[in-house]
Amino acid sequence: MKFPLTCPANEGGMNERVRRLRQESIDTPTTLTIERALIETAFYKENYGKMPNCILRARNFYEICKKKTIYIGDGELIVGERGPKPKAVPTFPELTCHSVEDLHTLNSRELQPYYISEEDIRTYEREVIPYWQGRTQRERIFSHVSKEWEEAYHAGVFTEFMEQRAGGHTAMDGKMYRSGLLDLKKRIAERIASLDYINDPLATDKEQELEAMSISCDAAILFAERHADLAEKMAAEEKDEQRRAELLKIADVCRWVPAHAPRDLQEAIQMYWFVHLGTVTELNGWDCMNPGHIDQHLWPFYEKGLKDGTMTREKAKELISCFWIKFNNQPAPPKVGVTALESGTYNDFTNINIGGIDREGRNAVNELSYVILEVQEELHELQPGLSVHVAKVTPDDFVLAAAKVIRQGHGYPSLFNPDAYTKELMRQGKSREDANEGGCSGCIEVGAFGKEAYILTGYLNTPKILEITLNNGLDPVSGKKLGLETGDPRTFKTYDELYEAYHKQMLYFVNMKLAVNNYIERMFSLYAPATFLSLFIDDCIEKGQDYYSGGARYNTTYIQCTGLGTITDCLSTLKTHVFGSGRYTMDELLQAVAKNWEGEEKMRQYIINHTPFFGNDNDEADAIAVKVYDDLVDAIEGHPNTRGGKTQLNMLSTTCHNYFGSVCGASVNGRMARFAISDGTSPAHGADTQGPTSVVKSLGKLDQTKSGGTLLNVRFVPDMMKGEEDLKKLGSLIRTYFTLGGHHIQFNVVDTATLHDAQQHPERYRDLLVRVAGYSDYFNDMTPQLQNEIIARTENEAF
Amino acid sequence: MRLFDIKRFAIHDGPGIRTTLFMKGCPLHCVWCHNPEGISYEPTRLFTASKCIHCGAHETEGVEACPTLALQEAGKDWTLEDILRTVEKERLVMEESGGGVTLCGGEPLMHPDALLEVLQALGERRFHRTVDTTLCAPWSVVERVMPHAELFMVDVKHMDSVLHKEYTGVGNELILDNIRRFAAIEGRPQLWLRIPLIDGVNADDVNLEATAAFIASLPSRPEQVNLLPYHDVGKAKHARMGSQYNPKNYTMNVPSEELLAHAGDVFNHYGITTIIGG
Repeated sequence: MKFPLTCPANEGGMNERVRRLRQESIDTPTTLTIERALIETAFYKENYGKMPNCILRARNFYEICKKKTIYIGDGELIVGERGPKPKAVPTFPELTCHSVEDLHTLNSRELQPYYISEEDIRTYEREVIPYWQGRTQRERIFSHVSKEWEEAYHAGVFTEFMEQRAGGHTAMDGKMYRSGLLDLKKRIAERIASLDYINDPLATDKEQELEAMSISCDAAILFAERHADLAEKMAAEEKDEQRRAELLKIADVCRWVPAHAPRDLQEAIQMYWFVHLGTVTELNGWDCMNPGHIDQHLWPFYEKGLKDGTMTREKAKELISCFWIKFNNQPAPPKVGVTALESGTYNDFTNINIGGIDREGRNAVNELSYVILEVQEELHELQPGLSVHVAKVTPDDFVLAAAKVIRQGHGYPSLFNPDAYTKELMRQGKSREDANEGGCSGCIEVGAFGKEAYILTGYLNTPKILEITLNNGLDPVSGKKLGLETGDPRTFKTYDELYEAYHKQMLYFVNMKLAVNNYIERMFSLYAPATFLSLFIDDCIEKGQDYYSGGARYNTTYIQCTGLGTITDCLSTLKTHVFGSGRYTMDELLQAVAKNWEGEEKMRQYIINHTPFFGNDNDEADAIAVKVYDDLVDAIEGHPNTRGGKTQLNMLSTTCHNYFGSVCGASVNGRMARFAISDGTSPAHGADTQGPTSVVKSLGKLDQTKSGGTLLNVRFVPDMMKGEEDLKKLGSLIRTYFTLGGHHIQFNVVDTATLHDAQQHPERYRDLLVRVAGYSDYFNDMTPQLQNEIIARTENEAF
Repeated sequence: MRLFDIKRFAIHDGPGIRTTLFMKGCPLHCVWCHNPEGISYEPTRLFTASKCIHCGAHETEGVEACPTLALQEAGKDWTLEDILRTVEKERLVMEESGGGVTLCGGEPLMHPDALLEVLQALGERRFHRTVDTTLCAPWSVVERVMPHAELFMVDVKHMDSVLHKEYTGVGNELILDNIRRFAAIEGRPQLWLRIPLIDGVNADDVNLEATAAFIASLPSRPEQVNLLPYHDVGKAKHARMGSQYNPKNYTMNVPSEELLAHAGDVFNHYGITTIIGG
């Protein structure tokens, strides 16, 4: 039996309004809007240098909220757009100012274009670009870094997250549903009143930051009021009685939130949406913004509505559907260069959490968790992403309901293990309650929701580091000397000698990255404080400190390591065949990879088929993976950052494993030059041949609590999940992995024939979503290389 | 124990997620057999031409050295210790899913001593044990093995003994008799009867009726009856063995959805609920 990929079984679940709004969202092309840049540039020209930067940023935000075009779409119930209309994405010239050439590229490139008119490009060239020359964060970064750093960056040893986007990554807790911005303003005023200017030498700094937060409250309230005004105006002109009533309700809602705490479900959703828009208008932080455990947050409003008769399940579902479409209306900010290669997608990585546990550690699944699963299945848009959290206390029913959505093949929900990630969080020093309230955002990154600034700084290409080691510090692809001279590997007598050389090389690059990370963090603290976001992250108000300056209760800086499977298999190959059996000499292997295995197919095949690889529950290979992982943890973990917190490692790759593969020559595990390296903590492509339990067993040997998240991709053909019994077995596999301490697992349920057909006939698969690595993307929007990589992932066929 | 394969994460060999041990050797040689490399007790060479890079490694270094695994030898003697180590690797997922270990073949009952040793060791370790068998073995063997498995999965291939012999090489008298005796035992293990449904061989009304009537007449009801739609995976295996699939050119077709539904109806008529696949 084939599961329909172009027409979901329960499309009928959407009502007419939702169906239309969804279709509009999908059909609307992604455009660039220069409105934000124009408002900001004019404001900066007038005001930069005249006030503290935090006040400047807050007033800049106020200016945008005051002047930007307000949009209310026909039929919408939840309102507000980041741009002047759906899918219009603003630029952030204060971080990176796109050149005219960049804008032309964005407008005309085949994949993920951002359309912009010639007239807008001319205006940008005239009004925006000249002012920002030498003033952007990107220039501050690249003018500071060493030649070594820059060469390693351009060779693809690591990437840098904050050269085009702000440090991101956080998700909300439930506080906004209990207090409105006016309540926050009151707290801010009290906090200012209690400042001790004699004994606290930073009191003035705090006052300024708090004042900036207060201005940010005013900005968001003004933004909402402007929606109320427009809704009232539209209501006055509306002929249709029902729509008029809806518009008046919208006006009422926008007059109330975010100034006050919400009173009903619509207000609660609108509250979040204004906060969301505020944070993504203020800056363009990575991984957008995330409501966190939305089923828990919305539950009291739903329950109250059911009780007092103002709410039904259908009505709630409609509101949530309208809310969901709003996420899809906000494509990720445009990226260029290396950043576009490492993460080329419209997906902005909002990863909503459902299920799991509450602050007290109890099962948190409620009726809305199921409603949200239905919405996700019916809408199956690019955004938002959805993750289902499966703790020991989570009922099997809910896991089964999630498995049914997984079977549809859209790549979500992904699955997370609260029993593991709460341990990760507590190991980093969070309280039990704050850990319970945490979850995962972006791809797989763990955080204490509403209380942590956990900032990802860039990916580390571990197979590349081994490649440089095997060439005694030289990068054979760029021809440059990037690393240390750790010795000619042909002279190594033992495997330990080889590993030691890699280890030195790895430390060298990790330290290079760490040194610059701290500088960049300071640049954000000094030039781009997030005074609106700070309102919602404990304890920024109490401390009088910004999100980027250590205001959060917890402050973590991450380096994301990629290619564990590939590097493990390479090391295992060398250990087995060079230092073990002696079947091949180091020189033979190095020569073979230098010529991309040309004429060496016999050797390549032998290695592929006769080497213990990661992902087969093979203790020898897995021990190498554990060692590589533990050493990365030791190298990265525990360095102080500039915000009073520490550095940590996590293991994800987004699409970066493709970019990283493209900068690597052939590797000794049989991988061809330029082909993707392994993603997240998944086995390398085709390396796992013993079935999915072996994969989860191998990954279970890593102490995942030492990370801030790992990522496991498993692809199933639809045939594997035919009946309810099969779905239960899938549930068992998930539970098994989570019992072994797994952090995350996700499934791509498509067959190879479908994917090949989609490559041949992209037009037939416009809505074919597949799981990439921590998120889903449209198959058609991917490079042929990434498409091929998806196809090459091991299929777990039904036996 | 001589095995030609061990499959981890087997999800169609009994309840839950299982590890299946494929024992070498079978008294039957069904035309449609999808594991023909399991029929002979001797190691069987399998060759996948599309994978071969013509390097000649096997000639100088033996089958094991074939770089691409184009050439493989099915049939290796396993120690009890190695079997248990492999099975233990899956314990957690078996417990989570209510799975266990399935012994199939070939025909497990062909080597009762080896089989019993493994079954007893698995029992001591509290694994759920399934024996997937033709029951084409002396009753004394069946009787010996019975207490050491929780589930027997038994094929009912054809009710006409002459045709049974035609397609499988043996008559069905012993098999049917064993099924009947098995079903009569008080406190017996679970019994799942499985009918490989092959259009052209055993899916005609006469045979369907006879099969249903036979099951209905058993002294106790099997816990499950499965209709397993035929597919021709055996073809590729024969190609790899260098032998011919279905040399006598019997008509064997994949049953249509209608035929499957109809077969289900026939069984229903006898008060037997069937599961398609499994």
